[in-house]
Amino acid sequence: MTDPAVPAASGARQFWRRLRTQRAALVAAGVVALLVLVALAAPLLTAVEGQDPTTYHPSLVDSARGGVPIGSFGGASADHWFGVEPQTGRDLFARLVYGARVSLGVALAATVVQVAIGITLGVAAALGKRWVDQLLSRFTDIIVAMPLMIMSLALLAIVPASFPRPVLVALVIGLIGWGNIARIVRAQTLTLKELDHVSAARLSGWGTWSIARRELLPGIAAPVITYAALLVPSNITVEAALSFLGVGVKPPTPSWGQMLTAADVWYQAAPQYLLLPAGALFVTVLALTVLGDGIRTALDPRAASRLRIGTGRRRESKAPGGGTA
Amino acid sequence: MNGFTGFVLRRAVGAGVTLLAISVIVYVVFYATPGNVAQITCGPRCSPEQVHQVARQLNLDDPLFVRFGHFLQGLVAGQDYSTGTSVQHCSAPCLGLSYQSDQQVMQLIWAKLPVSLSLVAGAMVLWLILGVGTGMLSAWRRGRFSERVLTGVTLAGTATPVFVIGLILMIVVCGELRLLPFPQYVALTDDPEQWAWNLLLPWLSLALIEAAAFARLTRASMLETLAEDHIRTFRAYGVGERSIVGRHALRGAFAPVIALNANNVGSAIGGAVLTETLFGLPGIGQELVHAVNVVDLPVVVGMVLVIGFFVVLANAVADVLYAVADRRVVLT
Amino acid sequence: MSLVDVTGLRVDFGALRAVDGLSFRLEEGAALALVGESGSGKSTVASALLGLHRGTGARVEGTVEVAGTDVQHASDEELRRLRGGRAAMVFQDPLSSLDPYYAVGDQIAEVYRVHARASRRAARARAVEVLNRVGIPDAVRRSRFRPHEFSGGMRQRALIAMALACEPRLLIADEPTTALDVTVQAQVLDLLQTLREETGMGLLLVTHDVGVAAESVDEVLVMRHGKAVEHGPVTGVLGAPAEPYTRELLAAVPRLDAPRKTSTAPEEVVLEADGLRRVFGRGKRAFTAVDDVSLTLRRGETLGIVGESGSGKTTLGRMLVGLLEPTAGTLTFEGRPHAGVTPAVQMVFQDPVSSLNPRRSVGESIADPLRARGERQEGRIRERVGELLVRVGLDAAHYDRYPHEFSGGQRQRVGIARALAADPRVIVCDEPVSALDVTTQAHVVDLLAELQRELGLALVFVAHDLAVVRQASDRVAVMRRGRVVEEGPVEDVYESPSDPYTRQLLAAVPALDPEAAERRRVQREELATA
Repeated sequence: MTDPAVPAASGARQFWRRLRTQRAALVAAGVVALLVLVALAAPLLTAVEGQDPTTYHPSLVDSARGGVPIGSFGGASADHWFGVEPQTGRDLFARLVYGARVSLGVALAATVVQVAIGITLGVAAALGKRWVDQLLSRFTDIIVAMPLMIMSLALLAIVPASFPRPVLVALVIGLIGWGNIARIVRAQTLTLKELDHVSAARLSGWGTWSIARRELLPGIAAPVITYAALLVPSNITVEAALSFLGVGVKPPTPSWGQMLTAADVWYQAAPQYLLLPAGALFVTVLALTVLGDGIRTALDPRAASRLRIGTGRRRESKAPGGGTA
Repeated sequence: MNGFTGFVLRRAVGAGVTLLAISVIVYVVFYATPGNVAQITCGPRCSPEQVHQVARQLNLDDPLFVRFGHFLQGLVAGQDYSTGTSVQHCSAPCLGLSYQSDQQVMQLIWAKLPVSLSLVAGAMVLWLILGVGTGMLSAWRRGRFSERVLTGVTLAGTATPVFVIGLILMIVVCGELRLLPFPQYVALTDDPEQWAWNLLLPWLSLALIEAAAFARLTRASMLETLAEDHIRTFRAYGVGERSIVGRHALRGAFAPVIALNANNVGSAIGGAVLTETLFGLPGIGQELVHAVNVVDLPVVVGMVLVIGFFVVLANAVADVLYAVADRRVVLT
Repeated sequence: MSLVDVTGLRVDFGALRAVDGLSFRLEEGAALALVGESGSGKSTVASALLGLHRGTGARVEGTVEVAGTDVQHASDEELRRLRGGRAAMVFQDPLSSLDPYYAVGDQIAEVYRVHARASRRAARARAVEVLNRVGIPDAVRRSRFRPHEFSGGMRQRALIAMALACEPRLLIADEPTTALDVTVQAQVLDLLQTLREETGMGLLLVTHDVGVAAESVDEVLVMRHGKAVEHGPVTGVLGAPAEPYTRELLAAVPRLDAPRKTSTAPEEVVLEADGLRRVFGRGKRAFTAVDDVSLTLRRGETLGIVGESGSGKTTLGRMLVGLLEPTAGTLTFEGRPHAGVTPAVQMVFQDPVSSLNPRRSVGESIADPLRARGERQEGRIRERVGELLVRVGLDAAHYDRYPHEFSGGQRQRVGIARALAADPRVIVCDEPVSALDVTTQAHVVDLLAELQRELGLALVFVAHDLAVVRQASDRVAVMRRGRVVEEGPVEDVYESPSDPYTRQLLAAVPALDPEAAERRRVQREELATA
């Protein structure tokens, strides 16, 4: 009679304690913190280097050879730490750190939108009347059925170019990608709603809103945080993919995905032009995924029991008693 | 079995309703901004009069629901379009004509579909085999060094976007090592061997990231099953570990894998767009990117609907398979 | 040589010592019960007999010999031959103990083939044979069913059949009837008795229920905190217990023949239900959980509602407090028609885990009705909650503690305090003690009775345990399949039941004394053939 929906009185302290025991998650958290710092300090870092992400340096590329950066390793020098972009001669280091801003910013903003819509509609479906639930659940099914990439790709076509592009990309991903989180919230709310402490709160005389705030929202926090933590890396990938296809963040704003668009042509002459954004993407997504996994393990005590294999949990005698029909 | 047939029928009707709803939403979203479309179609230097004229040419002056009615009519019964001098008949299911080329959207899609289907279907086989296999292996070797290696590899797999894997594969395999030529699509009907060889890299790039997700899921659900009470029963009866993992734990992973596969068809199609663009395969994805870049709305809408159709179909098939796999599921 | 010989058994899970120096023997064909409350370590002992702690991180010391195998030092292969071959185990929850995806017959055949050289076909035939033997009708067809297609009792029979497949010399039954209804429990215990007589196998029964032990074994070992408290023949230990703990345990067990308080309740009706009906689902899947139930509840009395699982008693209880809307019928509270929830009608819930919000301190939970009523002064709230905590036998300083810091019985007390905070006139208790150990059960029942006397509360006591209901109630209603089949004062219903179903229920209750158990067994046979 132990209910999986009730984590044993978790609390922030217990969460930290469980997270601290996972070395991989801690390393990942460190990497993520570093990335956020880099993104926030992008203007500072480029100021130290003395460059900016948008200035063309035609003198640094060999126009006779199609714009290959002059010098070894893609024109890396004391002035241009990671070299310059082929053809344009823009500073790669500056574009990379500003790219981190776009990548993380867009992904986080999109996640916020997804979580906000998902919680609102999920809770509304679970607590609403039968027809509200039917309507919202069907709508969610449709949203989930529409592939995120394809829909974002198509939607980005019809919005005027004057709209600030990174904001637009975040909005589009956010507005389409909330389906799964709404489903999770609905399912969890339905489970919680049946728990006795929610019934007890009703008997105490609280209204629906108070019950939702006190008894339900804290209960759905754990699965929402878990899922949101895994949405961030997935949103980063989507943004990079859209920019790679040339419909996401557009030049002159730098983005890692966009940098990769032309990278295959240049990989021999300027390998870092391919390796840097690809590596940045890989490390970011990997760190966020590992951190997300760690958060899930820390929030979901059952994950720990999954690792204990053998005769299983020690369950002593308990009379489950009568029916729940 | 009658209940089962009923379930399949209900599911089919549900899929139809979902498709209809999708087409309404997609149509409204894309055509609700009439001035805009005409402006973009006409180009940035058009005068307001010219824009207006374009709008009339494209029937953008009619109310939205009238145009949607026409659209539905075309889908069901076909439609005639006047293209200035001549009349072109577009037979059902008609998704309209391209603004750019006056070609029928459906024909355009038909021409590109085999490429995309080859890509996704082949990759699906690959990711299921690779993913479930790896997941099984790491559940079986749990707690040992080899499991850690497998877990690390799958984690790295989930963190590598399709186009990064594809780029690296292409550069290494085709560019540096010259093991394979740069992929060029050859129809299955023309030369099956060349078809497979040319698609090998696109399949791999699309499959690896999905396979990683399946490996993680398979491992997790097998471990979850291994912690359940009935596994304890079989241990207490002396049943060997091989049978417990290979028979009982694997069976428990079956239903979640089917569910994930349906869920991932959408993201795999998204991945296919990237793969096609990257490898220059002339599929729907590449065409869609092109249509988006030139704002060819009928093509965009048509493609989205066709892709939506496949996703809904995949989900319906998965639901039926799921019900077969796990008959405890209440058939609703 | 004994069938089971355990000397100085010690099992540690990390810092927790679950079994502490236990020794006992079981001869061939004999039956021993390990009896104890939760946390006594009895199930851990059962697992140790088959070496199931191996590879789990638990530390096991001492010697364990089962059917000639030294479990501690046996190789994995030897252990596998023992498990299921010479000693077989039946687990508590028959649904989760079978693989949901395979046919029951196939699972039995699989186990059989581990131990016997047999073809698939022969193994299947053996599966049908043992299913037949445990009394599953139409065993050939049913062997192809999957576990969820079986009823609870049939599943437990199937598990016993699996145990029988290889003709073990020892059967270990770990709470084999705890998940079952009382009538089904009686059938399963009778089956174990018959099989033992027929096959001559030894039985080690692990149970929390002294009555179940009295019905089935010759010898009892009472356990507490991992140690043996008392060990001896069943008539001795249960008839004339030597140890204080055993006496306490036995005193706490509710009996059908215990003397009980007689009360004269005033005639004033507080709550009246008329023609209550509740249907779940629609169309073809519609299911009537409660069907045309009419009840009256008077001031200061306790109305017991007793029934097996699926009888609709929980649904009825939730309708009485307004958590569920009746499909038809009316509720009248203190003379006025009544719908929805009201602070004056409260509920105490079954599950002490889910009935308190794990993220809020127990004081906050108890304060809920006060705050909802508009009380804003922190000082007054704390004072009132403190009073209530003391009233239910806890400490006022417990205000800031969280539910997981309390035991099941304490949490149930918190639940009662929360119900009291609303100043109710009626409290519906839905299986308030069924998740608790028997000594804790008795305390909670006593507390409820005390509060009732003091505050003049009307109580509705919903439970599946006939003896507990008898102890707690003045009047009782027996429910079956959504209907009340019999209602009346407790004495009448328990002494001279008029409905055949009530008689069947009463005959199924395990008796504490082996002679009475034998009498009931005969009675059951008569009822079954009648």
